[in-house]
Amino acid sequence: MASQSTAPGILMTTLEKGVNWARTQSMWPASFGLACCAIEMMGTGAAHNDLARFGMEIFRASPRQADLMIVAGRVSQKMAPVLRQVYDQMVEPKWVLSMGACASTGGMFNNYALVQGVDQVVPVDMYVPGCPPGPQSLMHGILTLQQMIMDGKIQNSTGVL
Amino acid sequence: MSWLSDLLGPLKGFLVPLRQIRKGPVTRKYPQVKRVKPQRFHGRHTLNRYPNGMEKCIGCELCAGVCPANCIYVRGKDNPPDNPVSPGERWGFVYEINMLRCIFCAMCVEACPTQAITMTHLFEMSVTNRDDAIYTRTELLVDRDGTPNYPPHEDSPLTNLEELRKGDGWMRATSPSGRREYEGIVAWTPSARTGELPAERGQSSGTPQVSEDADG
Repeated sequence: MASQSTAPGILMTTLEKGVNWARTQSMWPASFGLACCAIEMMGTGAAHNDLARFGMEIFRASPRQADLMIVAGRVSQKMAPVLRQVYDQMVEPKWVLSMGACASTGGMFNNYALVQGVDQVVPVDMYVPGCPPGPQSLMHGILTLQQMIMDGKIQNSTGVL
Repeated sequence: MSWLSDLLGPLKGFLVPLRQIRKGPVTRKYPQVKRVKPQRFHGRHTLNRYPNGMEKCIGCELCAGVCPANCIYVRGKDNPPDNPVSPGERWGFVYEINMLRCIFCAMCVEACPTQAITMTHLFEMSVTNRDDAIYTRTELLVDRDGTPNYPPHEDSPLTNLEELRKGDGWMRATSPSGRREYEGIVAWTPSARTGELPAERGQSSGTPQVSEDADG
């Protein structure tokens, strides 16, 4: 791939666009429903909102086949290592969407039992406020993330391809 | 002929999808068409103004005190006597809400004595950075014509600015003007402009109960 210093040629930009398009249009989420946000996440995948329109209908139970981890719900201190392990098992490129108040900041549960934001455990690409966010709020987060991927360069999390 | 119905019985099931085809899809096409929210939907907050342009917030910090998630930070300051910002003694010169902490329970709306803070139907608040989720006075305060301010990610193509400029996205959760004894009293308007809030259905339609239990 073209290095950062030189402008990529026509072939490379077209390839990049194609790869980005493929990544956005088949971004399979890992099912990581932890609390009531998971109900809204399931509702987003159901017929009335239909994540299949964006190629995301398959909620993979195996992290190996998933590209996007939607952390839906409060993450307890005991769940945090599991969350990290699931994230580590996912294959690059991977993204994390923190759904709702509890996953993003701990929400109203400011106590010893909960992780005050999953960005202490995994790198988060998108935060969706709400308690819980409705399907359309979640879809707004997903679509914004897809646009970020479309505009971005092809690289892995370390910045190298 | 029972052998015939036994034969056709399983085939009847195949008529179900044929019937469903005629009904069409139920899917809401979200980015193009946004669902109309219920009247009492709890969305993003706004800080309102009086019709003459003065701010309603008097910096009393009751919203911050009642917030179960501790996501509101308010600082009050004495009004400058020659050019007051709010009609009260003080005004909230710092007003911050962490939308990622907020659980949208609207207890701040209930607690506010001047109905300065209300909730809108705006729901698209996704951010890539935790700092961007902290809405300050700049984002929360409405314009002088009652238009809610834009979110920080206003450059996102998904944000429909025309929708933000419309006044019908406003709501009041449990403000006093929703109760029947306040009916007809101008305390709050659906669009933060001048006018009168229509009483909600059931508030005054001859329900015989008195307001004693309303206090409890």
